[in-house]
Amino acid sequence: MTDYKNLKLIATSNPHIRNNETTQTIMRDVIVAMLPALIMGIVRFGVEALILTAVSVAACVFFEGMYRKLMHKPQSVADLSAVVTGMLLAFVCPVTTPVWMILIGDFFAIIVVKQLFGGIGKNFINPALAGRAFLLGSYAGAMTSWIDPVANKAPIMGGLTDVVTTATPLAYMKTGDIEGLKAAYEIKDVLLGTKIGGSMGEISAILLILGGVYLIVRKVINWQTPVAYIGTVAVLTFLFPKGSASGLEWMLYSLFSGGLMLGAFFMATDYATSPVTKKGQLVFGIGCGIFTVLIRYFGSYPEGVCYSIMVMNLCVALIDKWTKPTRFGVVKSDKKEAAAK
Amino acid sequence: MAQAFFGGVHPNDMKAATNEKAIEQLAPPAQVVIPMSMHFGAPCTPLVKAGDTVKVGQKIGEFHGLGAPIHASVSGTVKAVESRPYSMGGNITSVIIDNDFQNTVSEEVVAPADPDALSVEEMVEIVKNAGIVGMGGATFPTHVKISGGIGKVDHVIINGAECEPYITGDHRTMLERPEEIIGGCVYLAKMFGVDKVTIGVEDNKQNGIDAMNRVIAEMKAPVVVEPLHCRYPQGGEKQLCQAVTGKQVPPGGLPSNIGCAVFNINTTCAIYRAIKTGMPVVNKIVTVSGSGVIEPKNIECPIGTPVSLLFDACGGLKDNTYKIIAGGPMMGMAQYTCDVPVGKGTGAMLAFCEDEEQTVENPQCIRCGKCVSVCPMHLEPLFMYQYAAKGMVEELDAAHVMDCMECGACAYACPARMHLTHMFKTGKQLVKNKAAADKAAAEAKKAAAEKKEA
Repeated sequence: MTDYKNLKLIATSNPHIRNNETTQTIMRDVIVAMLPALIMGIVRFGVEALILTAVSVAACVFFEGMYRKLMHKPQSVADLSAVVTGMLLAFVCPVTTPVWMILIGDFFAIIVVKQLFGGIGKNFINPALAGRAFLLGSYAGAMTSWIDPVANKAPIMGGLTDVVTTATPLAYMKTGDIEGLKAAYEIKDVLLGTKIGGSMGEISAILLILGGVYLIVRKVINWQTPVAYIGTVAVLTFLFPKGSASGLEWMLYSLFSGGLMLGAFFMATDYATSPVTKKGQLVFGIGCGIFTVLIRYFGSYPEGVCYSIMVMNLCVALIDKWTKPTRFGVVKSDKKEAAAK
Repeated sequence: MAQAFFGGVHPNDMKAATNEKAIEQLAPPAQVVIPMSMHFGAPCTPLVKAGDTVKVGQKIGEFHGLGAPIHASVSGTVKAVESRPYSMGGNITSVIIDNDFQNTVSEEVVAPADPDALSVEEMVEIVKNAGIVGMGGATFPTHVKISGGIGKVDHVIINGAECEPYITGDHRTMLERPEEIIGGCVYLAKMFGVDKVTIGVEDNKQNGIDAMNRVIAEMKAPVVVEPLHCRYPQGGEKQLCQAVTGKQVPPGGLPSNIGCAVFNINTTCAIYRAIKTGMPVVNKIVTVSGSGVIEPKNIECPIGTPVSLLFDACGGLKDNTYKIIAGGPMMGMAQYTCDVPVGKGTGAMLAFCEDEEQTVENPQCIRCGKCVSVCPMHLEPLFMYQYAAKGMVEELDAAHVMDCMECGACAYACPARMHLTHMFKTGKQLVKNKAAADKAAAEAKKAAAEKKEA
């Protein structure tokens, strides 16, 4: 029979069982959800897209690992969050971004934005977006030259000489050149990501939606943020079309162009920089939508997704404060009574 | 289907190991260790000393204030009255009885002549003398709940949710002894003066629901079985009230504040037995299960049986067993020894030998908010954790940490494996300590002021 005296028992607090989901499985799901868009980027732009992503991922993992080691902090690269940051940053850069430039972006994202504030979960702004904003501010030219995927594949290892550049749908939309936009791209081109130029991972709206739906089904993200974000942009652009476009036409071009889908499903839903309650996530999404439309209409950049999410990142602490769940046992009528007193 | 409560998680219920196994009677143990505190409240005073002869059902511990008496579960000789480890933590004065295997029933156990003719006061008195407490694990004295609720309660709810994984004792009771459950419901309806008793059961126990419905139809009893969604913690008292009535118990309140009284299935059976036969609480049905148990079973044993005998009856434990839990895996208490006895609130003894725990080194909160969406008490565990970790007691109190019922749903759902529940247990103590210190300081100030005046 069992020797009960010599069992080596541990006595820890309840609960004694755990869900199988871990930080690592969540990050793995996010990576899987981004793969279709990555494949599309490789198909449209060539192997340069893959190299850019691989370099960015490797750099993020390296920076994170080195920082944790040098600072004598527990190692954290196994949670795969650095891989996600590396992929996201590559996705929001033009495929022609030189390798040294993306390395600077990775350094800024991982070291300055994420690790200096304490690592995963502690950063107050999305690292990949901050990295992009840093690069855009520093190298505006390289970050806004879009090669024409129809005319040529990207040259291996960067360099913009000898390539044909193109105007993205957002560039047409910024100037209000509806006729030019319609002549250059049909709605299906922006939806599927055929023909159009743009950031490496952003061109195919439909594949990003596919990835986003996968994340919602896997319960990695809640529907609140993306639906509120995309819904707000849809309503505003439908109500206020530019130039001769009809509301519907303008809305569809607005939704599927630029980085909206990537931003709504993959950036705005970043755990560390979005509210923790579902109500808060609705507010957050609506805010992102309003700022995106305002920047696209009135700002000096054609695209507003990056900055609008970053602005809303800064509001998260306030949103969390305003959207606390109602205490159990306190019903609405009680609240009114208390207010009346 | 009844309304749901907010939040909750869906752990794998693991009940298949024992839910088709009939309740077995344990071979009489040679010795029982009966702790003098198996209820919520002050410990009982032992009424016997070493060398005394006791019989089954004889009162051996008397309560004072809030509590319930304790009875001998076997007949034999008292070997000692001494301090022994107990499953709810620490050591407690216990009466150790050597079994004479005669099973002689005490003269104190007298069945009422006509149980159906008893008055409400007489029935409450019987419940009190029978030492009945909340046998789902909370161990609140049942007679206090009944006498405090008469006149205020219009919903009597029987808790058959059994939402903790692994545990199947209530399920088996529904299948094997439905007439005891329904009989107990009828007595409860009479005591509270209500015309309906609701039994809430999770819908993974359909055959249990059917068995009870058959008895209800036969007896034409004023009882309704309400199937509930499977979700932990469906069997939490406040959650069950919410699911059945749609009302929420106010913060810091009790179910009686919204006219509810909740009783466990086992407690209901104990009420039935006490009123029908006069027999106090001397036995307990325990589910012995988990990856470390060779052959999981449901076992009925005398109160005070050492848990090592239960494991022996199940073929023993696997060598790499690293955890023994009294109760379910979500709220049960890990034991550091197998010397603890079965108490009135011990519904399960689990042994784990696989990676159920899944701990990680240096857990890091990723702010995913899953703890917020699963918290049935509408709290924000991730913020409470930070306050508690940093000793910010005022913020912790303002975040309503005292509402936390330590159900473990947040920690279960946490992908980062944060030790949330553990931290809130510590945090609640911090808040209590501060409240006590503040009170003491205020009194000292007052005393000083009075002294000055004088």
